[in-house]
Amino acid sequence: MLDLGKYIIFSLLSIFFSISSFSETRKFNIGKIATKQEVAGWDIDIRPDGLGAPKGSGDALSGEEVYAERCASCHGDFGEGIDRWPELVGGSGTLSSHDPVKTTGSYWPYASTIYDYVYRSMPFGEAQSLTYDETYKIVAYLLNMNDIIDEDFTLSNENIGKIKMPNRNGFLLPDPRPDVKNLNGNPCMKNCNTPTKIIGKARDIDVTPEDEKS
Amino acid sequence: MAKEKKDIISRRSVIKAGVGLGALGLSSKSLLAKEANNKNLPPNVPEWTETLGDGVDVNPYGMPSEFESNVIRRNVEWLTASTESSVNFTPLQDLEGIVTPNGLCFERHHGGTAIINPVDYRLMINGLVDREMIFTLDDLKRFPQVNKFYFLECAANGGMEWKGSQLNGCQYTFGMVHNVQYTGVKLSDLIQETGLKNNAKWVLAEGSDSSGMTRSIPIEKIKDDCIIAWAMNGEALRPEQGYPIRLVVPGWEGNMWVKWLRRIEFGDKPYMTREETSKYTDLLSDGKARMFTWVMDAKSVITSPCPEKPVLQKGIHQIRGLAWSGRGKIKRVDVSLDGGKNWKTAQLHSPVLEKSLTRFTIPFEWNGEEILLQSRAIDETNYVQPTIKELQNIRGVNSIYHNNSIATWLISKNGKVDNVRLG
Repeated sequence: MLDLGKYIIFSLLSIFFSISSFSETRKFNIGKIATKQEVAGWDIDIRPDGLGAPKGSGDALSGEEVYAERCASCHGDFGEGIDRWPELVGGSGTLSSHDPVKTTGSYWPYASTIYDYVYRSMPFGEAQSLTYDETYKIVAYLLNMNDIIDEDFTLSNENIGKIKMPNRNGFLLPDPRPDVKNLNGNPCMKNCNTPTKIIGKARDIDVTPEDEKS
Repeated sequence: MAKEKKDIISRRSVIKAGVGLGALGLSSKSLLAKEANNKNLPPNVPEWTETLGDGVDVNPYGMPSEFESNVIRRNVEWLTASTESSVNFTPLQDLEGIVTPNGLCFERHHGGTAIINPVDYRLMINGLVDREMIFTLDDLKRFPQVNKFYFLECAANGGMEWKGSQLNGCQYTFGMVHNVQYTGVKLSDLIQETGLKNNAKWVLAEGSDSSGMTRSIPIEKIKDDCIIAWAMNGEALRPEQGYPIRLVVPGWEGNMWVKWLRRIEFGDKPYMTREETSKYTDLLSDGKARMFTWVMDAKSVITSPCPEKPVLQKGIHQIRGLAWSGRGKIKRVDVSLDGGKNWKTAQLHSPVLEKSLTRFTIPFEWNGEEILLQSRAIDETNYVQPTIKELQNIRGVNSIYHNNSIATWLISKNGKVDNVRLG
């Protein structure tokens, strides 16, 4: 019995130590190690500094044809947008107006973002069907239409991180909220000085879907 | 939508005609007027007492009563170019308590609902980790699990109301929010499996839908309370909510809660994806835009009465509403009947959970007078829900996102309720 007891204690100790030695590396020992090929197939993002940009290139001249074939049916031949599909070109100088037009040229701060987005999700419904070169061509075409690069400029993985976008400095960090007056949890409760005149009714705007009109 | 409504009407009239009203020659219009059938009222014995009902297994997966068929998500067609990249709204005006039923949780897709067979599901973790790894759904379910209620609100909830009152409904102005109990594994536990390099400061969360949704999230938030979830309200995620796996980012804008999550990459800088540069940035009146405005500030809404829930008779009513804050628990909700001049504190109903919808009620007696109904939330950080004027003074009217201002419902003398703007 004594020997068996010792054996059990020894076994428990060795299990304990084997578990604790695991915890230095993998606490639960769940899942498998990803291969380089598996990661390469899914790791498609590219960053503002160009990190992750796949080898490839294209210019606006050759991009016009690809754009016309793959993009223009929604975004228009010149990036003007058809129906409610987004416009991609123009809008310069409108951001502080009553009707800001936020396009790749007027608003987007990084060229890398255009590449990343076009490759991962465009054309709408045919995601990740473009080749790397086709994507560079389309991005070059959009940048050229927005007067950011010349039509014969060859955009590539080498220089996409160096393109200077017009609205690069248009964004504010960090988040300043809470940005309203600090009432420290004690707002006015009685006879508060607040306007109570009705200056607008949603009913008069009349854009609520039929189903909900009361 | 109009067609759907017609279908509902005709189905209802058939149902009611079947229990006898049809024989009286009443039109379907009057049937919709919610008139009771005297045959079913005391002292008579109702039809459903005299006959057997359906047996078990008629509905292996139960559905709401057919008389609740108007309680549905709805969209605003003119808002977007296609329903695959669009949004619909939770019918808050028809819900009670704090739990949103799974089938009524609003949908926001950027490339439609991905349909994923769970045996084909993989989660990849790569970048600045000690071991780049891949997990199956079964793998993820072997980790220690958590069960937590959280609200999810789209940053654009109320976005159409920045310039003035536009949409005449509680559903359309506040319905991009839902609240369910998530089951999943904490990302901080997954990190223990992959290890983390010292310079890992940011995470890229990536979806596998046709939009390939991507957002950058700072490592502090990931370590704090983010969850990889596979269940909502006790059952597997609905396809439209990211089946089989979505990211849960408590208290932060819904766009970051990547659905159909396929990959988590650790890096040393933010990725500046389309969704955090061209979208989900808050344009101010001077043309500059705020970036990385993640937290959803405290907000509240009166869900009844509201434009969809008119006041049908004089006398006592219960004002019902919801409040929530991305910064913690709701501490207090005040209600005004006179457009914000005078306030009374409402009752909060337990449970009051952090970063979760919280239910409030307060009784009021209506004597046929005009009422300007408002609610105002205060959270545990002592933040007070602002008026739209206060927000406009600081941010202008082009922000689209993060409108957490106090709304006003006008109760007219005829009992109808309107979304109005005061000034």
